Formats: sequence, structure tokens, C-alpha cells
Amino acid sequence: MTIGIRRVGAAITILFLGLVLQLTYLQVVHSSKLADDPHNSRKFLRDISRARGEIVTAEGIVLAKSVRSNDEFKYQRVYPPATAKLFAQVVGFQSIQFGSVGVEATYSSALAGRNLGGPGQQISQALSGQPVTGTVVLTMSAKAQLAAASALGDKRGSVVVLDVGTGGVVAMYSNPSFDPTLLASHDVKTAQAAREFLLAVPEQPLLARAWRELYPPGSTFKTVTAATALENHVDVAKQFPHIKELPLPLTTNVLKNFGSERCGGSLEDGFIQSCNTTYGQVGLDLGERLADGIERFGVNTKAPPSDLDPGIVRSLGPDRGTFKATQPLFAQAAIGQGPVAVTPIEMALVAESVATGGQMLVPYVVQDVRRSADNSLVRTTKPRVWRTVMGPDVAATITGFMINVVNAPLGTGTAAQIPGVQVAGKTGTAQTVQGVAPHAWFIAFAPAAAPRYAIAVLVEHGGELASEATGGKVAAPIARAVLTRLLS
Amino acid sequence: MTVTAPAATRKQRTTPFMRRRRNGELALGLHVVAIVVGGYVLLALSQGSSLPPDLGVFLAEITGLYVVANVAMRRFAPGADGTLLPLVALLNGLGFVMITRLDPSQARVQAVWTTIGVGVFVATLVVVRDLHWLERYRYTAALAGIGFLLLPLAPAPIGLSINGARLWAKLGPISFQPGEVAKVLLVVFFAGYLVDKRELLSAGSRRIGRLYMPDPKHLGPLLLVWSASIMVLVFERDLGSSLLLFSVFSAMLYVATNRSAYLLGGLVMFSGGTYAAYKMFGHVRTRFQIWWDPWPTASGKGYQIVQAWYAFAAGHIGGLGLGKGLAGEQLRSGSWRLPEASTDSIMAVIGEELGLIGAIAVVIAFMLLLGAGLRAAIDHPRPFEKLFATGLTTILGVQAFVIIGGITRVIPLTGLTLPFVSYGGSSLVANFALVGLLARVSDDAAQREMRA
Repeated sequence: MTIGIRRVGAAITILFLGLVLQLTYLQVVHSSKLADDPHNSRKFLRDISRARGEIVTAEGIVLAKSVRSNDEFKYQRVYPPATAKLFAQVVGFQSIQFGSVGVEATYSSALAGRNLGGPGQQISQALSGQPVTGTVVLTMSAKAQLAAASALGDKRGSVVVLDVGTGGVVAMYSNPSFDPTLLASHDVKTAQAAREFLLAVPEQPLLARAWRELYPPGSTFKTVTAATALENHVDVAKQFPHIKELPLPLTTNVLKNFGSERCGGSLEDGFIQSCNTTYGQVGLDLGERLADGIERFGVNTKAPPSDLDPGIVRSLGPDRGTFKATQPLFAQAAIGQGPVAVTPIEMALVAESVATGGQMLVPYVVQDVRRSADNSLVRTTKPRVWRTVMGPDVAATITGFMINVVNAPLGTGTAAQIPGVQVAGKTGTAQTVQGVAPHAWFIAFAPAAAPRYAIAVLVEHGGELASEATGGKVAAPIARAVLTRLLS
Repeated sequence: MTVTAPAATRKQRTTPFMRRRRNGELALGLHVVAIVVGGYVLLALSQGSSLPPDLGVFLAEITGLYVVANVAMRRFAPGADGTLLPLVALLNGLGFVMITRLDPSQARVQAVWTTIGVGVFVATLVVVRDLHWLERYRYTAALAGIGFLLLPLAPAPIGLSINGARLWAKLGPISFQPGEVAKVLLVVFFAGYLVDKRELLSAGSRRIGRLYMPDPKHLGPLLLVWSASIMVLVFERDLGSSLLLFSVFSAMLYVATNRSAYLLGGLVMFSGGTYAAYKMFGHVRTRFQIWWDPWPTASGKGYQIVQAWYAFAAGHIGGLGLGKGLAGEQLRSGSWRLPEASTDSIMAVIGEELGLIGAIAVVIAFMLLLGAGLRAAIDHPRPFEKLFATGLTTILGVQAFVIIGGITRVIPLTGLTLPFVSYGGSSLVANFALVGLLARVSDDAAQREMRA
């Protein structure tokens, strides 16, 4: 019998060693994969049930903070009502059911106090009994954001302001926006109902139009076409015929000027008066080189990198190698119609690239991460060039064009003039569907001689049919108001 | 029970060697007390950053209980293995700390049951002075065992159904799980019966192909008791206990006869039974499906196993620390994030908060405990005690394996408690009695050794 007992012992040992193997597999080998499993809410729960630092504006106004709550999650994220709606799309929110979005998601670790530097500091803070948290400082200011929101008023659209020196986002507001307070509620039903309501609103307040929606850019895109033409050595003095409409190859269609007006002359004349026939011809002349030029500006390539969440969507343009078969599309692309569809932030980047002398910078919304306890700096975002889109000489020429759009008596952007500050800009009126009012655009930077801010303004269906001047009438005053506030 | 030890009992003696065993037991026990009280303090610190208010009471009670058990061993089983008690105390103490972390009100109940358990342990040592009479009452034990198994099936005021399994019986004010007691009684019967018939069973008078089969008339009563207990368990929907009895019986039959054909036969019967149960019962099918692939139902039926896996993964090597895990957190609904955290799933809570180190420590503690049990079986010269100790040890071993294997998804999850660790009075008391019996076998072996 002893042999039998020993064998039972051996069998038990083998079974238990099997358990040890499985435990090792679960807790060591497979551990990180299980931790990242999409069903696994642990990481998120860990973050949601601990103190998080504040998200503050560049000037230090608190946009998000944690307060104690009397439930299993221990802390409730609070978005102060004065700024909740202004920053909702960028800051995002922390929700039990829908997960986190925005800065709340991308900087979750920093807010929750992870990786905030030396172990010594971590331990001493842990011993002091205070939760270790990080404060996230945005590049955006409440002042700029408020200026953008009030200038837009109740018009649907977006304002994006970039710091020309760093590429940081100074203001980025889309109307309509939403208040994240109810979405962040710990009450399942409240949060669910709030989300369903916001999803049902036809104006789509959850949509961050500034970087998540594509629009035809209209004549603001002539900036890209003009720069591509100059880069390809098209003579600045070249004269284009004064005509009402441009016949398009391969079809019987024509490209018309707004209001069927007659225009022509040099590249600059066509730019200032926003002459479609001139730029349509430029597009046809450039052909494949236009597709290349558009790609150099970051359209129809990978989307611009950023710390936004969800990320910037990719802007679209004509595909390379398609000119032969689809020539009319290149004429339309040259005036920001047809195959071209861009985000408002992309057009702000275009304005920025002229202002910097040809560099397009990586846009970002978080400037600093600081330790909440002593406000000491942990890390700061450094400016980075995303792409070089044109030479400084071409940028200088385009700057001259854009100054005249605002200054010349016949310019379409005179409404953007600011006393004492030279603004360089370009209007746009983008047709969408027949019979529906076009989108009104304005892109600009100021001061023209030593640029500080680049701006893009979009008003959805804000224009009037048959009038190119409406981009200047509707969108330019909004840019003027925001720039005036920022430069005063 | 009013049965007194038969007059034939020889006098127990305590040799210096035995005294050393008991002193070692006491020393090891004080280490265990230090570990458990340390865990209790750390838990309180992690939850409220102040020492537990009842620290003195806790320290006094756990030390007191241990000393009582040690003194009882000195007096009534001085030669028993010195590792049984410290290992039981470690598992029980660790379980108590985890239950305190999970639900302080359950912990208060568990404290009462632990006290009763130690009382039953001492009573077992006092009452069962000699194992001969147990052997003699094997058929009574079989009847009583089956009676206990059937008790939950009795009509409503006595039989109770909880969580879909009909395991509970209510006698007067106390409700308990008679199955826990039945297991021990059935092992008494198995051991007694197999000792009687083991020669007949291992000889094999009939030949079928290359296999020698024993005469069916010797197998008859065995198969009857066996299938009866399995049937009852199937009707009570307690698959874990069914699996437990099956494996314990197979192991005992194998040890008694030394013939692997029985193991093979047992395996075939078990596979057949499992297949039949799979076909017949929806809940068995569900169990298997969840085991095979829990992910499609991660938020439904597979929730428990998936959450248990997440808990183990979160624990990693060192664990998150006592009280810091998410599996053991009470949700607003009043239940834990990991269902059955204090009973079936307690190993996952240990895995999360104490890490791989803590989980493996529990596994090792069980292996050492089982080793001590089997050592008693090997050391004892008489067949009945050998079989009896083997059976008791396999109860503990299979139970621990089935529940740890279930929650780690090595095998399908069935509802069993982790002996000494999980919350539950019946299981705790029955297991204390079981360890008391093991101590008795171990002591008896030592006494005989000394006299030889």
C-alpha cells in the first residue's frame, strides 16, 4: 500500500505543480497582455478611483479637478461650469462607462501621478499622506478661447488659433460644444441619458469640428496653389486672361467665377480678388505637380501628429497619378473644391507655414506637466517642425499677397483690418451642395512683419450664394475680433 | 456524540522526541501568529492608516486558540506530526485576513466558526482515542454519510437551495452543509470496506480479455454506495463535491488494491458520467463552455472567470498589497467586483493582493499539509489507518486542486471552498475535524513506533 500512497503523493504533486505553472502564466507571462485586454477596466478603474491633478489653462484657470465622492470611485471629476463648455472638446472628460477622452485620456498617467520623476520624491510624497498627482497645463488660454467663442456667437463653425513661435494651440473652439459634467457622472443612467441626448442633437455638439470634420476649403486653398506654383517657378508676372469662365478639359463643364464676374491678371491679382478662372488654369498648368504640392502641405498624407484625443483626421486632396484621367478635378482642387476636403486646423497650419517662412509645426495643446504638490516642472512640450512646405522666398511672396487681400481696396479680406496691426489673410467661400449656402472661411496671421498668431475661421454654411466676398464678410470679422483680443 | 473510547485503548506516552515535536509546533505557530497579525495590521493600515482597534483582542484570540490546540495535542496526541497545526493555522489565518478585507461582518462570523472549529478539533482528539472503533462502525458511517448527503433534498423547512445548488440543511436555528460532514463519514466507510475486501478486489477471479476482474459480488456494495453518492450530488447540482468523492474513492481503491486497472476504470466511468451530465444538464454544459472560452461571455456567464484572470494578472509577482486590489472591492450593488470573492474565488483575491508569491505560498502550504497527511498514512502500520489517512488527505488535496484549478481555469470551475481559507462554517468545522483525525493517525503511528 505504501507504494500506492507514494504514487498518490506524486500525482498530487504533479497536479499542484500544474497550478503553480498556471499561476505563473497568469501572473507573469500573460500578465501584461491581460492588463491591456479591452474588456479589462482595471487600469481605468485604478485611475478613476484615485485623486487626479488639475487641468489648467495657460493662465492657470482650473478646467478640471477631482473632488471626494462618497461612492466606490472615491473621486468625482469636476469641470467648473464657467469653462466647461469652452474647453470640453479638448479637455474631454473622465467617464466610468465610456472611458476617458481628450487630455483626460492622453495625460491620464501624468494626472494620476505616475512617472512624475525621481523615486525619492514619490516616496516622500506618499509618506506625507497626500496623493501624488500631476497638474497638466494647456497651451490654450481662457482669454483666447472666450474670444473665439464669443466671436463665433451662435454660428456653427470653428476657430483655431496657433502660436506661430511654437506651434502650440492658443484657442480652438467649435460651436456647438457641450458640458461634460453629466457625462462624467458616476450614475450610470444619468451619464447614459446625457450621452444619448448629445448624440441625438442634429448639430452634433460632440463633434470637434476644428480637427475632426472635413470641409472644402474654397479659396483659402489658393494659398497652397499659389505657393506650389511659385515653388514650381511660375512667373509672378505671368498674366492670365480676363474671363468669366474657364472651359475644363475632357468635359463640357466650365469653372465659373463667383457671380460670373470677369477677372484675370497676375497670380497676385487672382489671389487678392480670389479669381477662380486664374487659379483653375494654374491647377491645370501644374497638373501632377499640384498633387505633389498639396501633399507637401500635409493634405492627402498622414494626418498631422498632435496630442489631441481623438486625433486630427487626415485632410484629403487629389491623388497622385490621376491628373491625366481627371483633369477637371485638378482645376477644382486648385480653388479648394472638388477632391479637396480639409480640417479647420489644417488651414490654420497653412497660415502658420506662411507666417514662419515655410515651416509647418506640430500642433499641441499641453504645454507642461507639473507636480501638483509643489508645482515643479516635470516635463514641457518642445516645438517641433512637422514639415517644411515652401522656401522662405516663396513664403515672403505669399505674405505680400495675403497682406494685399486685407489692405487693397479690391481685396476680399478688408473686414479683417485692425488699426495699428498689419494682418495677412485669405478669404474663402466653399460651395457644398447646390442650393445650400457655402461655408465661409478666413485664414490669417498677424502681425504680418513679426507673426505671433496664425488663425483659421470656418463658419458652416455661413456664406451667401453667388458672392465670393462672403468669406470676407462673415469669417474675416471673427478673425479680426479674436486677433484684436489676443494682440491688445 | 457520546461514544467513549473503548477500554482496550492503550495508554498514551510522551517521549522527549514527542515533546520536541510539540515545542517545534508551538514555535512554528508563533511565527504563523506573527505573519497573520502582521497581515491584519498591514490591512488596517492600507485601509484607514491607523492600527486596527481590536488588535489586542485579535492577537489574544489567535494566540489563545493556537495554544489551546497545541496543549490539546500535547495531552491527547503528543506524537502527531508537528507541521499539521502550523500549516492549518497559516491557511486559516491568511483566509481570515482576506475575509476581513472583503467583508468585516463575514469575518466576525468566521471568527466564531474558527473558535468552534478549534473546539471540534480538540473534541476529535479527545473522543477519537482509537481508530479501531471507527473501522468497526464503517457501515453505520456509510448510512450516516448517505443520510447527510440526502438531507438537503429533504422538504423545505430542512432542505435549502442556495445559488442553484441544493447543499444546505436547516436544523433548528443553524443551517449547514451536511455534505462537508458526509465526505469524512464516507471516507470512514471506504477505508473500512476496502480493508475488508482489498485482497478479493486485487486478486481478480474473472478474466475479461487481458484484464482480471474481481467477482462482481464483492464490487456490488461499493459501486452502489459510490453511484448513490454521485447520483445524490448530481441531483443536488453540486458538481464539485461529486468530482471530489469520485477522485477520493478512486485514489483509495487504487491504494488498497495497487491495481491501476481501477484507476483506468474509474477514469472511464468518470468520463462517461461527465459526458452524460454534459448532455443532460444545461448548467453542466454552461460550465464547460465557460471553461473552454469565457471571453464571448466576459460580461455575462464568463464574468467570474474573466475577472479572476484579471485579478491574477493585476497581482503580478509581488501583489498590489492587502486591501489594494480591485477584485475584492465592494460595488454599489453590495457584491464584490469578483463574484464569490470570499468563497470560491478567494484564491484570485489572494493572487491580486499578495501576488504570485502569495498564491504560490498558499499552494506550497497545501502541498506540505498533504505531505504530512500522506506521511502519517505511510508511517502507520495498519491498512485501515493507511487508507483512512490517504482518503482524508485526498479530500483536502482534491478540494484545493479543484477550486484553485477552477478559478485559474485549469479545469472547469465548480463551487467548492478552499479548505481553511474560504469563508464558510460547515467546511471549516469539518476540515478541523478532518485534521484532528489525521493527527490521531499520525500520533497512533508514533505511539506504535515507540512501543515497537
